[in-house]
Amino acid sequence: MTLKNMLVAFALGSMALLSAGAGPGFAQESHIGNLTGHAESGKQLYRRYCVGCHGPDGDSNGENAQWIDPKPRDFTLATFKCRSTPTGTLPTDQDLYNAVERGFVTTNMPSWRPLTPQQRADLVAFIKTFSPRWKTDKAGTPITIPAETPITLDSIQHGRVLFQKMECWKCHGAAGHGDGPSAATLTDSKDNPIRPYNFAVGSRFKCGETNQDLYRIFMTGLDGTPMPSFADVIQPNDAWDLVHFLRTLQPMDTKEAEIWKAYVAAHGADLKPIGPDSAGGGK
Amino acid sequence: MQRKIFMLLAVAALVSSNGVISFAMPAAGSGAITGKVTYTGTPPKMKPIDMSKEPSCAKQHATPVSTENVATGPGNTLEFVVVYISAGDTGPSEPTAAVRYDQKGCQYLPHVLPMQVGQQLQIFNDDQTSHNIHPLAKVNQEWNKSQPAGSPPIDTKYDKPEFIPVKCNIHPWMHGYFVVLNTTHYSITGPDGAFSLKGLPAGKYTVTAWQEQYGTQTQDVTIGAGETKAIDFTFKALPY
Repeated sequence: MTLKNMLVAFALGSMALLSAGAGPGFAQESHIGNLTGHAESGKQLYRRYCVGCHGPDGDSNGENAQWIDPKPRDFTLATFKCRSTPTGTLPTDQDLYNAVERGFVTTNMPSWRPLTPQQRADLVAFIKTFSPRWKTDKAGTPITIPAETPITLDSIQHGRVLFQKMECWKCHGAAGHGDGPSAATLTDSKDNPIRPYNFAVGSRFKCGETNQDLYRIFMTGLDGTPMPSFADVIQPNDAWDLVHFLRTLQPMDTKEAEIWKAYVAAHGADLKPIGPDSAGGGK
Repeated sequence: MQRKIFMLLAVAALVSSNGVISFAMPAAGSGAITGKVTYTGTPPKMKPIDMSKEPSCAKQHATPVSTENVATGPGNTLEFVVVYISAGDTGPSEPTAAVRYDQKGCQYLPHVLPMQVGQQLQIFNDDQTSHNIHPLAKVNQEWNKSQPAGSPPIDTKYDKPEFIPVKCNIHPWMHGYFVVLNTTHYSITGPDGAFSLKGLPAGKYTVTAWQEQYGTQTQDVTIGAGETKAIDFTFKALPY
């Protein structure tokens, strides 16, 4: 490339920037329903509430971070666990807003409901300034979650077959205690040890608490963790069956648990165990 | 203000690099750069992998397979080194065929898979067990998908050049690399350490060799029309 070409290219590039980028819309915004968050306002809030763990550069190296497990989110990677969007895509603003509002149970991230909705929207806008990916990529399209199928014994039994077949037990364990054969070796994408969810504890999930949330968790995967997406390999109705079975692993008075307890009391001896030696996990 | 200036430069750079691609036709040449990759020093011992937790994979290997992060051959050669043109290439041509990555016997085949930016990548699970394929991209977007036995191949591609470690969380011994390159001219060394970059027009090139544990080395090479030049790379091996 000649010097002249380079100069021409530089001049063109500069003009393109001046016409496209210098307007007031240049600043990072977030859009949640009819709320619009602004990064400049979010920056002040971030410095007050978030910087201690997530760090001034958003890279999870705040002064508290070394004492915290699991580690704070590193915003520079733009990889997020709780999304409504497929694996490998950016979450929506609403997803980030929900995460700030909900907090992450069993971690050091509290719920930020004490802030106003506008403040939370501003924080979301500011969080998005830490990675250039928010300028180059669009958020993914949220996955479609069909209406929940009826909670029946058939559904739970089929869910159990899937739990075996999809090898959920390899990490989550045969009884969902988070003690499967691969559990001890799991690390997140920054090589920190990480535990699979223990259903027997019965705590809320990090990404919500409803059956819909549970559906979303395994169909989108939790990016940055070992939990993969099953969207390509589980059909929507089958996914509801798996949701219904997973509920039976929790120590809670759900309809799923009630149906399953009654069945196991009568037919428990016929059940093939979940695990490496089982042909199907079914009856 | 500083950020704006930075953006200005970034946009200018983007335009000028596009300029290179459109001005220079990807010319096919007949020059070549060939050579061998070797090491000096003591490489770490590759350890046998215990697959007893996954019997369906363990029984596929009569003798246990070894880790592959520093794979060597007779005569101090290094395997799985990606050698490619990192500067001087006249713009990559469109990738044509898809590249294939296999999960077989709880191993990644090949251990290191070079490909072009935008090239179709197909990932197969040939095993009787579930794998989750988890490429730990940082420049490209990270994703993580379950692929149970008998699932169709995963079809994907990468838009930006990057060295991406790949792992399976279910089988923690599985490690591999996607090497996404912005050039058509690349080669990966076999057990004999040999590489060959063919079809090069006359010109001045920077050739880079990348080894997953020992990083990169570069050499500048100038070749005439139809000329074949031999260069060698030597990595200093450390036993840890």
